[in-house]
Amino acid sequence: MQESDVTLLFRDLRGGRISRRQLLRKAGMLGLTVPTIAALLAACGSGSDSTQTASAGNTASTGATTPSGTSGSPVANGSPISMGDWKPRDVKVDLTGSGSSFVDPAMQLWVQQYKKLAPNVTINYQSVGSGQGKKDFISGVTDFAGTDAYMTDDELKQAPGSLHIPVVLGSVAITYNLSGVSKLQLSGPTLANIYLGKITTWNDGAIATDNPGASLPEAPITVVYRADGSGTSAIFTNFLSKVSDEWKSNVGFGTAVQWPVGIGGQQNPGVAAGVQQTPGAIGYVELAYATVNKLPEIAIKNATGAYVLPTLESTSAAAVGFINELPDDLRVFITNPPTGEQAYPITGFSWVLLRPSYDNEKTAQALTDFCYWAITAGQTVSKSLEYAPLPDPVRAIEIKKLERVQAGGTAVFQAPM
Amino acid sequence: MRTEIQTVSLRNRLGRQLQHGDLIFWIVALLFAVLVVVLLGAIIAVTWHGSSDARHAFGWHFLTTSAWNPVSGQFGALPAIYGTIVSSIIALLLAAPLGVMIAIFLNSLCPAKLRMPIGMMVELLAAIPSVVYGMWGIFVFIPFFRSYISTPLSKTVGSALPLFSGPVNVGRGLLVAGIILAIMILPTIAAISRDVLAVVPNSQREAMLALGATRWEVIRHAELPYARAGIVGGMMLGLGRALGETMAATMVIGNTPKIHASLFQPATTAASLIASQLPNANTELHSSALIYLALVLFLITLIANSIARALVWRVSRTGSGA
Repeated sequence: MQESDVTLLFRDLRGGRISRRQLLRKAGMLGLTVPTIAALLAACGSGSDSTQTASAGNTASTGATTPSGTSGSPVANGSPISMGDWKPRDVKVDLTGSGSSFVDPAMQLWVQQYKKLAPNVTINYQSVGSGQGKKDFISGVTDFAGTDAYMTDDELKQAPGSLHIPVVLGSVAITYNLSGVSKLQLSGPTLANIYLGKITTWNDGAIATDNPGASLPEAPITVVYRADGSGTSAIFTNFLSKVSDEWKSNVGFGTAVQWPVGIGGQQNPGVAAGVQQTPGAIGYVELAYATVNKLPEIAIKNATGAYVLPTLESTSAAAVGFINELPDDLRVFITNPPTGEQAYPITGFSWVLLRPSYDNEKTAQALTDFCYWAITAGQTVSKSLEYAPLPDPVRAIEIKKLERVQAGGTAVFQAPM
Repeated sequence: MRTEIQTVSLRNRLGRQLQHGDLIFWIVALLFAVLVVVLLGAIIAVTWHGSSDARHAFGWHFLTTSAWNPVSGQFGALPAIYGTIVSSIIALLLAAPLGVMIAIFLNSLCPAKLRMPIGMMVELLAAIPSVVYGMWGIFVFIPFFRSYISTPLSKTVGSALPLFSGPVNVGRGLLVAGIILAIMILPTIAAISRDVLAVVPNSQREAMLALGATRWEVIRHAELPYARAGIVGGMMLGLGRALGETMAATMVIGNTPKIHASLFQPATTAASLIASQLPNANTELHSSALIYLALVLFLITLIANSIARALVWRVSRTGSGA
């Protein structure tokens, strides 16, 4: 039954009858898993899809397009990165990586597309969770790691000089279940007070102040959070720590925290189900999950005072808004950026970790090429899966870092001019 | 001719020395038995070693404190232990009488035509993956439970009895988890009870019937006492499954490491806490505390099994068929 639905979707996409975004929605409704959708999209990689940017296979094989083909994204400052006729080095090597499950769908699609450009490079990425990914990387089991939480100072001591390369941007959408209220906006402190259990009903004065003119019911608020340790929780609690001193001192931030109130759901679907089934509930999920499943989203007040809904554009804008505060090693939470009126404040990087020096020259060459491709041409691929593209200024910093990777004392990567 | 005799005698001698295969079989069987011991030893060693940070930091207080704060590094296992034991006991209390009843019905009351299909259906319950139970719990059972059980109960009895007090709008909680677990362990208890009831010798039943006993009296005084040890064993196997169940429990229990007086409030179990937080632990101490919790869960299971052994032993010593 499902098989035939998938075939139908496949045909529609090939024939250009539906756009990628519509496909994602339909696939979400059919209950397809993200890897399946990724595989489906990859299979249609060369299909005609005029509403979106050119598919990655084409972009990369002609090698001509500027990777920042994301014309709508506010990536004004910083020079656009030109790839010229750059081609990855097709060395015969196996790369292994593990870690973040958040980046996994993008990673799998990248690996699939990259195989077409460099058939001899075999990349194996296992989605085992950021924490385990870092452990594997530190103990030397893997060549690279994917993580939603940057390495702590302790971890960095165990793997000195590890490079943090952001590969995608993610943001956390706040979803709710309140019949009759189709538009809702909240300021950071109000959101923190809801999650602290200090605001317990929807008609509370603080919520009313954020929503002038809206008629809010006297329903009790049920808080839903992620029960499993996750980067999504880390970004969300980091934002709350920045906007509320009480949250910072009483709860703090991390992949798992001691939640003052509420119930925990497993993964994004668990949280979403908890919210959808409980009238008056509020919860947080990854933006991609919220988009695909059409969950109602709350606009959040950013540091400039504007209420912004989470979108791919407002997520990229957050990284731009943080650009002056970015530390050299890129180990930072970019929540609540100080500037950027369009910036959605609950966003974060997802990094790939690289060693500063590899024993095997081929490994180093293939890895740097793959990372370079992922943060340039690969961004259109990941965007098709609802990951926000990295803005140019951030990519410029990352490319400098890739050029620092060495094998046997010599640098292995030189970005095309 | 001579060589033939020689070969035969050689084979005989070899055969005699190896006791015609007995020795080899003994060695192979011994190896498999030792393998289990080694495996268990390895698991204990790994959990013991992995939990050393947490054991040094918290010691025995781990078992009696109830803070679970991965950010500040305060860990206490009491809420998880409480949730594990209470949800399993609820499951056992619900599933044990039901399972035995099903077994009795299938064994001695059921029309022959229905015996096979009903028996198969009960056993099929055991083959359903736990994630499906969890899904069913979230989408079917919890809405039903909230409308027809928890809301009316909390509005009436709940105002006087904290065990059933609200608010119940979340739906997920300890009692729901207990009920889902009960459904999951039901086939284990029913199938084992049925098997042990089936081997009650007919002479026992006939003797009772000869004394003029009714059907109920035969079941009550001949079958059940004879099968007692096996039934208790089945219950304990079910309890073991409930204690260790991860997926279904974590999907419906609400995952809150706190102790509430009310059974309608969210809680957590040791297995679900470990499964959800271990892959992405904040710090080394966090993962160490989770492994310590695994050690505690191991201990709980060991204690439950010992109690089961003692029960079975006591029951069988009183004499079967008495």
